[in-house]
Amino acid sequence: MDVRSQVSMLFHMDKCIGCHTCSIACKNIWTDRKGTEYMWWNNVETKPGTGYPTRWEDQLNYKGGWEVVDGELQLKSTSRSKIIPNIFHNPSMPTMDDYYEPWTYKYSDLFDAPEGDDQPTAMPISMVTGEYIDVKAGPNWDDDLGGSQVYAENDPNLEALTPELRQQMFEIERLAFFYLPRMCNHCLNPACVAACPSGALYKRGEDGIVLVNQKQCRGWRSCVPACPYKKVYFNWSTGKSEKCILCYPRLETKQPPACHHSCVGRIRYLGNVLYDASRIEEIAGCPENELISKQRELILDPNDPEVIEAAKANGIPDDVITSAQQSPTYKFVMEWGLGLPLHPEFRTLPMLFYVPPLSPVLSSRNGEATRNNGTDLLHEVDEARVPIQYLAEIFGAGNTEPVRYALRKQYAVRMWRRHVTVGDVDEATAKAALVEADCTVDQAEAIYRLTSLAKYEERFIIPPTHREQAMELLKDPMENKQDTGFGFIEPPIRV
Amino acid sequence: MYDILFFVALPYVALVLFFLVGITRYRRRPFSVTSLSSQFLENRKHFWSTVPFHYGVIGVLLLHLAGLMIPDTMLAWNAAPVRLVVLEVTGLALGLMALFGLVNSMIRRVQSPRIRIITNKSDWVLLALLLIQIVLGILVAIYNGWGSSWFAASATPWLWSLFTLNPDLSYVAGMPLLVKLHIINAFLMIGFFPFTRLIHVIVIPNPYLWRKTQVVRWNRDRKRLRIRD
Repeated sequence: MDVRSQVSMLFHMDKCIGCHTCSIACKNIWTDRKGTEYMWWNNVETKPGTGYPTRWEDQLNYKGGWEVVDGELQLKSTSRSKIIPNIFHNPSMPTMDDYYEPWTYKYSDLFDAPEGDDQPTAMPISMVTGEYIDVKAGPNWDDDLGGSQVYAENDPNLEALTPELRQQMFEIERLAFFYLPRMCNHCLNPACVAACPSGALYKRGEDGIVLVNQKQCRGWRSCVPACPYKKVYFNWSTGKSEKCILCYPRLETKQPPACHHSCVGRIRYLGNVLYDASRIEEIAGCPENELISKQRELILDPNDPEVIEAAKANGIPDDVITSAQQSPTYKFVMEWGLGLPLHPEFRTLPMLFYVPPLSPVLSSRNGEATRNNGTDLLHEVDEARVPIQYLAEIFGAGNTEPVRYALRKQYAVRMWRRHVTVGDVDEATAKAALVEADCTVDQAEAIYRLTSLAKYEERFIIPPTHREQAMELLKDPMENKQDTGFGFIEPPIRV
Repeated sequence: MYDILFFVALPYVALVLFFLVGITRYRRRPFSVTSLSSQFLENRKHFWSTVPFHYGVIGVLLLHLAGLMIPDTMLAWNAAPVRLVVLEVTGLALGLMALFGLVNSMIRRVQSPRIRIITNKSDWVLLALLLIQIVLGILVAIYNGWGSSWFAASATPWLWSLFTLNPDLSYVAGMPLLVKLHIINAFLMIGFFPFTRLIHVIVIPNPYLWRKTQVVRWNRDRKRLRIRD
């Protein structure tokens, strides 16, 4: 057993209101520089929708993630044998047009335009070339199903659905959608790291954050197609790849990442989990329908004395183990079985988990809209507005069982709380629902508490990074005094 | 006099610049050592410029290297006329392929507004030098044929005399003008190399083929620094 600690996130989708505050917080801190204007390390998509970049889930096109070939785990894009002939031109590299060309407006026209009969307007200009552009699409063009004939209907996840189910999703006035906030998953088996010919991408041992060493990156751009979530971005100005750094400077000072901190719906939770690194390859290569359960096997019980012993032997500090014992992610994913990975079939073992969203109470049965009466939600999961098969495509590699389990438990908790607060559901019914959803009263209360009441301190249990012990501090900090200063920062200039 | 300037002074200045600036840049400005790919901004023309160019140039350079390192083998190979013709035609084809890619790449840089933005003066100087070099190389292959043989017989000994710090001008003095220009331009490019994006050549990613699949880096020595209670 090779016990390591991983900072792991949980997004409670049922609480996401799609306000994009997370994206803006991230943008303002990290990607407002030249060459990064088009990047959204964190973005929020409407589902069904094609997302950003367009149809990123379509791996027939982008070749992201891993596949099992003759029992061996291989990158879909450029594995060792394929990188040599493809190093000059990567065949599955997305271009700026797959994202969007960033633009601003020529505000100076508002002041400089000659006097005339019309009001002057600020025309859109490209942030790449500076020339006038005709804006055709943006990073969030299909928000709230806008232009759904162009965007939502082309969602790759719909391909697995029957025509009736698709029809149901797009019935006018009965549409259902939900928001999918996305960021780097800081995977346990990151395809981007494995694809990097220069070895510039790496996973930080202490907390599992995946980073790009900007000095080592040579711009071979293999990581961009390799990441199935398209969360590694190419900076066109510096010729280097960049990605979400999980705000590690904030984490190291015990602050949650900016996207987490700013989340208005408080959907975001963060805490570390302990896992067994020696089993990563075995589990990433297991059959598709076992991926979710096996990934949960990989995560270890931080209260198990054996695990604690092995963690200590592996050099994990005591306070990091304590932190793992309080982790909200561990509770949602392991204790309650509510947290599911996004597209586990990409086999990167993502460490960002999602609680699948509940549907609006208006559902469809025999082609007719039906209003659920609230007492039998548990059994109507399969008739919900958002088809369970659709959710299963996103969160279960096509397997509905784990999604059904998570939805039922949420409904059971809802019924239990309705019994407690409103009282129109009798105790026996509520308790029977809990039993059926594999939940106890205590667990229901705990889920309710962490879902609805949890404050900042409960949602973010940040493990200490112990930077005071970092190797670079073994060097003399005064070494560069009166010379280049502390550390050495190079301006990002092309030569 | 000019021979000394072009075939003794220039090569040495070029080589000193190559190593001195190249190593300094790699050590002091590692951020700047990158391939500066523009594929992200434009994909289709990128394929038709970069792929033929790189395969052509690498092939031609390997043939030059073979002439330099294993001249006897080259001469032995060329003993049979058929094999000589095969080698010559291969070299010429690779050169034309490189030219095709380079011209495409120059057109792409002029035509695409996005690519123009990220093209600077040193890129244009480099493209011009490459164009001159490849055109000269092709002309040499056409007008001063059988280069795979005479290169091994005259250019190789001269280059070795340079590398052993005992330059012998007699080998180059009688060479045709086209060949001389090709040599001069080659050393101009070697001298210019570390100041341009050509620097990416020195970071071809060979360790990838044998490193572990995943890369994990630690900030601290885990076993030694664990806090014990």
